[in-house]
Amino acid sequence: MLELQLLLIFMIIGAIIAVKEKDLLSSVIAVGTVGLGLSLVFLILKAPDLAIVQLVVEILVIIILIRATIRRDLPFSTSGRWFFNTLVTFVFIGVFLVFIYLYIKDLPQFGQPIMKIAQRFIAEGLRETGATNLVSSVILDYRAYDTLGEATILFTAVMGVLAVMRKVGRKK
Amino acid sequence: MSVYFLCLVLFSVGLYCILRKRNLIKIIIGIVIMEYAVHLFFILVGYRMNGRVPIHSPDQTVLDMVDPLPQALVLTAIVIGLAVTAMIAAIAMRVYEKYGTFDITKIRKLKG
Amino acid sequence: MAKNQEGMTLIVKTITRLTVGLILLFGIYIVTHGHISPGGGFAGGAIIALSFIHIMLAFGKEVTFKKMNQSVMSFFESVGAIMFITFAILGIGSGYFFLNFMLKGKPFKLFSSGLIPLYNLAICLKVGAGLFIIFVILVLLKIPKKGGEK
Repeated sequence: MLELQLLLIFMIIGAIIAVKEKDLLSSVIAVGTVGLGLSLVFLILKAPDLAIVQLVVEILVIIILIRATIRRDLPFSTSGRWFFNTLVTFVFIGVFLVFIYLYIKDLPQFGQPIMKIAQRFIAEGLRETGATNLVSSVILDYRAYDTLGEATILFTAVMGVLAVMRKVGRKK
Repeated sequence: MSVYFLCLVLFSVGLYCILRKRNLIKIIIGIVIMEYAVHLFFILVGYRMNGRVPIHSPDQTVLDMVDPLPQALVLTAIVIGLAVTAMIAAIAMRVYEKYGTFDITKIRKLKG
Repeated sequence: MAKNQEGMTLIVKTITRLTVGLILLFGIYIVTHGHISPGGGFAGGAIIALSFIHIMLAFGKEVTFKKMNQSVMSFFESVGAIMFITFAILGIGSGYFFLNFMLKGKPFKLFSSGLIPLYNLAICLKVGAGLFIIFVILVLLKIPKKGGEK
């Protein structure tokens, strides 16, 4: 699993550059490296469906963020209580990490999942649904309500974007 | 177990970005990074060592596949994440048009 | 060529003209083979939306709207949603909601697994049209307002 850890370190470095960079366009492109690294990680972790979707969605995210970023100025102000704010942030993240560590100790070891439900999907999925791709059979047959909810959320997001960006505004 | 820790570090970078930065675009970037970390965590939990891709092949009897259930959940979550990111970007563009800045403290002052 | 000044340079337009059909074809392949190989409605829909975004980035909005009108996009999204709900409700007639009532067929063939390819098609229409509408709104509805404010 050495390649997995190397890719994760690459993604963390990309994320730190995206956070610390002062130019907004460079920052958005650094987020692109994080997403493409995530696509490779999905491929290593035996999830080719997710790799395809993540690759395409990452390109769309970059296009949307560049559209929001381009030809805008950058108000980069470091005034205010710099030390106090940073200290509070790190204390919060530390407390959060402690609680997450207490939770992660109870998880099964990496590489040995429990798979109580998935055993039935794997054993009976081909006979019950006829679909060779088990992910497809899960999202469209066993758990189709998830897909219905996803379609609803996508429609709501389209309506929300249209309502926020519409041309006819109120006149004062 | 170290893989879980690296995934958490990625999450913490996004959390730091949201809590500390003042630029709206930086906040969107933090949300996107946190979202990637959560998707990665789901897939890491469902991974089986030396497992196979959850797709049947014609001559196959041993069923040592990785868990298909988290992959199905994350597949919908990625597309929802894209829609939510577009929504936040639209709101940020509208805020920039109204106030002329991405700085959240100045936005709060101008609202008054 | 001289009258069509909108969009990017000639090199980008030529490469786009050559490759955009292949991208669209790849998206259709991903959708129709979603139940026997990696892919499915989400991936295929996003790829199809990306191919139209590709045309729009290279050629500008007039050429794209000649191929794909805004009412056509909203029609496709509605058709996707109605197809999805209709197949789900048809399952009630022989059992319960989301019942896969068609014949399963032989595995590892293109026409197999009952309703799942049709669900994939519905989701492809819904996701592709939805993402393209989001992109069109974010990019195009902004420009006349910005010009009007100056």
